Amino acid sequence: MDLLIPDLGLLFWQIIIFGGLFFILRKFAWGPITQSLKEREDNIQGALDLAEKTRGEMAKLKSENEQILAQARNERDVMLRGAKETADKMVADARDRANIEGQRMLEQAREAMQNERQALVAQMKKEVVNLSIEVAEKVLRRELNDKASQEKLVQDLVATSHLN
Amino acid sequence: MMGSSIKQLLLAFALIISTVSGVFAQEHTLDGQETKHEQEKGFNVGDMIKHHIRDDRGWEFAHGITLPLPVILYSKDRGLEVFSSSHLNHGAIYEGYKSEHGHIHRVDAAGKPDENVHVYDFSITKNVASLILSALILFFVFTSVAKGYDKNKGKAPSGLQSFLEPIVMFVRDEIAKPNLGPKYATYLPYLLTLFFFILVNNLLGLLPGGANLTGNIAVTMVLAVITFFVTSFSGNKHYWMHLVKPTGVPVALLPIMIPVEIVGLFMKPLSLMIRLFANITAGHIIILSLLALIFIAGQAGAGTGYGVSLIVVPFTLFMNLIELLVAFLQAFIFTLLTSMYIGSAIEEHHEADHGIGYEGPGVEIG
Repeated sequence: MDLLIPDLGLLFWQIIIFGGLFFILRKFAWGPITQSLKEREDNIQGALDLAEKTRGEMAKLKSENEQILAQARNERDVMLRGAKETADKMVADARDRANIEGQRMLEQAREAMQNERQALVAQMKKEVVNLSIEVAEKVLRRELNDKASQEKLVQDLVATSHLN
Repeated sequence: MMGSSIKQLLLAFALIISTVSGVFAQEHTLDGQETKHEQEKGFNVGDMIKHHIRDDRGWEFAHGITLPLPVILYSKDRGLEVFSSSHLNHGAIYEGYKSEHGHIHRVDAAGKPDENVHVYDFSITKNVASLILSALILFFVFTSVAKGYDKNKGKAPSGLQSFLEPIVMFVRDEIAKPNLGPKYATYLPYLLTLFFFILVNNLLGLLPGGANLTGNIAVTMVLAVITFFVTSFSGNKHYWMHLVKPTGVPVALLPIMIPVEIVGLFMKPLSLMIRLFANITAGHIIILSLLALIFIAGQAGAGTGYGVSLIVVPFTLFMNLIELLVAFLQAFIFTLLTSMYIGSAIEEHHEADHGIGYEGPGVEIG
């Protein structure tokens, strides 16, 4: 057991025990430990990658949302403008139509009044003629009681009526 | 959380006690057979240190408190024999065996060593006991850590698991991956076992009464030889071709370079073996030498001994802290170099670099 001469017994036990330790630890310790470490690292890496991906997706989603919002705002503006225009147009149309209708009604009323007046005038003419004829009849009946006067009248009438 | 606080306590305990324990470290050498002789001649620093860094038949925790360990012998005529090491204490003869300077001989009735019988010694010595202890510690610690991963699946690690996980990940990410490339997973179990085996035994060696296992050449030799075999068996065509046809070397230099390459092949594990052995043993020798100063001074008078201890004890404490660092460092270096050697053996070369701008798989340390 000198310092620099390897001792047979210790060599033997060292080979046996170190070798045994290596195989046992490899199977029961290093295998599970390195496996778990690797799994955990993969997990962490996976989680980090996922977070990065999610962040990217979120950013994309946000920009998309903004785009959609902007588009919606735009559409709303367009719609509002369109609605206003339609409303204005409708009002203008209504006004125009009302004007035209009013004009037409006035015209009709005027026409009706004209017709009425003409009818009235005609009626009145007729009445006046009838009245005049009645008066004339009465006057004639009284004047032509005798034969002479009748003759005279005929004479007059013939005289006045120029039959040419 | 529990694990780390226990570990801290353990380390603090180890530091304090191992400093104090030097006080009890006396000239009790292997098998105790020389104790009497030494006591007559006074305190012998060399023997004390040798006793502490060498293997022993029993496990002496403090002076006089020794745990006897089994002696296992094999000889052709008698077969396997097992008995307690306490029978061989102080040079006693038991069943015809006598232990001298750590070697067990067959002796005849007169007590003369019998040279004809070769005895193979497979005893559970202090180092083997410490080896078994460290293997048990590693087994229970890491199977419980592995269970922790099962229990805390999908959750944060807890307890011992969270204490050891950074170290496991350090070995994987800083040692295995940079040197071995994509094929690191094949060698990772070996590197992890190597790292924690050396680390635990370095730390156990720092405990008072602990065995100097990683400072034993047999242990480092086995580790280095395993690394050598792993490297050699994983070596690809390029690795072996490099031995006989180094890239970018002029033909005239080949007679020099080929032997250099071949020597280099064996020098790598050899350097691994000696580096770990020398670092750990040297650390133990330094601490023991420092503590021995107290006893040397103590021979001049008790007052001098106490006076010197005022300087020596803080310095020993400091050395112990350095040893704690070395315990981690040497485990790291051994593992790193192993992975670099394997890395150089499995490396794929797509084009000849002619040795220009080639920076190797990592930085050479140690």
